[in-house]
Amino acid sequence: MADQVFRYIAKKRRPKEDRRFIAGAGRFVADLSVPGMVHVALVASPYPFARIRSIDTEKALALPGVISVLTGAELAAGTDATLPGVDAPKVKRWPLAHQFVRYPGEWVAAVVAESRALAEDAVELVDVDYEPLTPVTDPEAALLPESPAVHPDHGSNVLFHKKWVWGPVEEDFAAAAHKLSFRARWHRSSTVPIETFGVLAQWNPAQQLLDIWASIQMPKFPDQLAKALRLPGNGVRVHFDVDVGGSYGVKRGLKHSILAGFLAKKLGMPVRLMEDRLENMRGGDAQGPDRIFDMQVAFSGEGIIRSLKIRALDDCGAHAGRAPLQLGKPIGAICGPYRVNSVEYEAISVTTNKTPQEAVRGFGQSPTNFALETMVDRVAATLGMDRLAIRHANLIRADEFPYTIPSGSTYDSGDFQTVLEKALTAADYPALLAKRDAARRAGKFAGVGLACCLEPSGGNSAFEPLFNPKNETTTWMEATTIKIDGAGAVVVSINTSSSGQGHESLAATVVGEVLEREPETIRVVHADSLAALPSNSPVGSRMAIMLGGAAAGAAKKLKETITAIGAHKLGVALDAAEYRDGAVISRADPSKKVSWEAIAEIAHRKFHELPPGIEPGLQAMHVLEVPTGGTLPGPDGRVQMYPCYAFEVHVVYAELDRVTGQVALGPYTIGHDCGVMINPDIVHGMTYGGIAHGIGAALYERFRYDESGQFLSGTFMDYLIPSAHEVPDVAIVDHCTPSPLTAFGQKGSGEAGYLGAPAGISCAVNDALAPLGLNITELPMTPGVLGDLIATGEKE
Amino acid sequence: MSWHDISLTVNGRKYRGHVPARLTLVDFLRDHLRLTGTHTGCEHGVCGACSILFDGKAMRSCLIFAVQADGATITTVEGLAPDPAGLSVLQDCFWETHALQCGFCTPGMLIAAQALLNHNRAPSDEEIRDAIGGNLCRCTGYKQIIDAIKLAASRLQGANDPVGPMSGADNG
Repeated sequence: MADQVFRYIAKKRRPKEDRRFIAGAGRFVADLSVPGMVHVALVASPYPFARIRSIDTEKALALPGVISVLTGAELAAGTDATLPGVDAPKVKRWPLAHQFVRYPGEWVAAVVAESRALAEDAVELVDVDYEPLTPVTDPEAALLPESPAVHPDHGSNVLFHKKWVWGPVEEDFAAAAHKLSFRARWHRSSTVPIETFGVLAQWNPAQQLLDIWASIQMPKFPDQLAKALRLPGNGVRVHFDVDVGGSYGVKRGLKHSILAGFLAKKLGMPVRLMEDRLENMRGGDAQGPDRIFDMQVAFSGEGIIRSLKIRALDDCGAHAGRAPLQLGKPIGAICGPYRVNSVEYEAISVTTNKTPQEAVRGFGQSPTNFALETMVDRVAATLGMDRLAIRHANLIRADEFPYTIPSGSTYDSGDFQTVLEKALTAADYPALLAKRDAARRAGKFAGVGLACCLEPSGGNSAFEPLFNPKNETTTWMEATTIKIDGAGAVVVSINTSSSGQGHESLAATVVGEVLEREPETIRVVHADSLAALPSNSPVGSRMAIMLGGAAAGAAKKLKETITAIGAHKLGVALDAAEYRDGAVISRADPSKKVSWEAIAEIAHRKFHELPPGIEPGLQAMHVLEVPTGGTLPGPDGRVQMYPCYAFEVHVVYAELDRVTGQVALGPYTIGHDCGVMINPDIVHGMTYGGIAHGIGAALYERFRYDESGQFLSGTFMDYLIPSAHEVPDVAIVDHCTPSPLTAFGQKGSGEAGYLGAPAGISCAVNDALAPLGLNITELPMTPGVLGDLIATGEKE
Repeated sequence: MSWHDISLTVNGRKYRGHVPARLTLVDFLRDHLRLTGTHTGCEHGVCGACSILFDGKAMRSCLIFAVQADGATITTVEGLAPDPAGLSVLQDCFWETHALQCGFCTPGMLIAAQALLNHNRAPSDEEIRDAIGGNLCRCTGYKQIIDAIKLAASRLQGANDPVGPMSGADNG
């Protein structure tokens, strides 16, 4: 398959959707306006934990232009609570706090007014009487029985706690010549898209239909929204043709949409809720994993890693959603790209009085990769081995695929050594080490980092039944419809919104490839949720595999139909006809040909020329189950998590400023293998962007809370996103090991770069600190943290 | 709150407005003129998504009140192309290098880059990074944006018209 010749796939092509964005003609949710639209602003809790004694809305309601003030009691009475992804039915969430506020910034009341500015004025006039309670802010403390429970009805702060043992862990540890342990800390950051979350809701009483336009990226969003609002699924219509201004996992504004939908129905007015930046950062429920890893590893004197014990404690904040499941996906790559005989994994998810955690790019894999690569460097340091040699000694070899890891997932394909070698060659690794050594001789703190990381892709939901046996989900299908009209024009319908992944380009390229038609001529539309086929949205690096596979499947069905119509028209047997460039020719006499246009006309107008059994019109749909999906986890928790595995190697050079602690990165090289790239510019773009995001997680971005539980990072002056000054020029080295499981050998790439950059940067910084005898295993390594660490080290 | 009459030129067209003193320029452009290409990302002057050319200089329209724009000449992303169906050289180069993903920061990036190219046709990488250093992008890691600006600079250097934003080939 590596030698497969493509017409359009893997070629440079200008993405279809770019054209509207460069003209400023995107259609984002804030750009929509409907007559009579009213606006929401939110009253936010000033306390991390408190009981709500009373809410006085009288003064707010008296302000001219104010239409309504909604509180949690009324909303809780009129809607169903949403529940976490684990079996914890008493951990209930409503869009507005009900009885308790559980984190600083939690929404307590919603003010609706004629303008957003008036609504904000009225927010100041809502008087809430609170009884402050002692908050719990530390995840270890949250585990203690005497700790206050964030959800008293649940009885404790533990949402999920389970230990799996895959293979002879104790035996392997007992037999190993060496063992080491350490703690790694991944502090709370997130994807923080530049567009905040927004939703516009309009209730149509004559049709009993709620229209929703939202900046959404969420599996099963319409179903969950309808359920919470006590509407039938066909009573909600989500418009997926809204452009989403970035998401990378977090745009799951279910609570926002429930709130706006409830208000629209109650008031009979179109209601817009557009977060401002502060609402987004503190009350948008979109912070990310906040994780403590306790790592133990057993290894031989030659550096062969034999067994792992991992305890991962995750602070999911005051409510859960799918957050605990972010401990689950990494089970599918729990030992990274390495040959490890046995693994113990203890996953614990706790509630604290912090902003709830949401799905973040990689769904827990990037923190895990950071812990694993830190571990590999520790093993090398313990044995005095070269960091490269130890990776070579443990990487799974190309001839070992498909390779099954102890936790039950089989890696589809890979050639890790070749990608590593290509990256080292491109980076000129010996020269990089020489540069580092020269910098050190000149008195600088310089380091080189290496990270070898996996990107599981093809987004399945196998962690759902693993973390909640009551949830027997075993499919996360994706679908596509293709229609060819009577004049031969092609329309491809996809069933989800897009947030920058280039799905329109992807679908058009794939359909063009199969049907041998120029993708530029193919129109791609986003069906609304009532017209759409099943989709599980672009999560888990799945769309190249799943949307690409569904589109290819539908196109292949159409190709068969077209060939049958053409053969019938030619008067030849099906196997005597051949599809070529959109026409059908006679194999015996290629001058006999039925054109694309003629076949489209037959299909739409000339029933008398259609072969028996072929429906008129020319359309096909295909629903694709996730490759390797479809089964429940075994009793020991072994399960195939995702189908495909992309691989990336980061080679990072870093210099630390002795005084400020600022880290200057570069040269920065990444070797990347995600199989066949359907559009290389799109894959490269996501990879560069993932690295930038990883730089943020490694060095700058942190949602901070003080000891009393107050939130400190509500602006872009407190939460620092890397700019063009902090992101170095990155060199990508491509390699292609096709997946045997997908239509064209493609794997996912939506999390590329992010899954390895924090690990690689951390390794580089630690290499720079090594001559001082210092090390750090906490991310982000902000300038302040590193500056203080260096100062301490130099003093000693 | 006081209300004010203003008149200003946006993308070559004269507009009049009656605005409250507290209305920001970005809200005036988006909500009153319905020029929704200019975006709001933070509304506290950091992200740069709301960048516009204000009397020729790149500025953040979230930090300017509409009343302060009385008499100003403004260009938004909608005004970069030479005609409604075309693209400027810079816009075309953004398409060529795929200098965007979700497209949300793109209008502000284009404005920042155009402001640079208006006075510097041969910017260095460092000058480009400086010019877009106040515009946050969460998708691209900036690489393909920098490539686009370099490509636009080289194309503009070879063009007959040394100044204006020029129509690029609309030939995706």
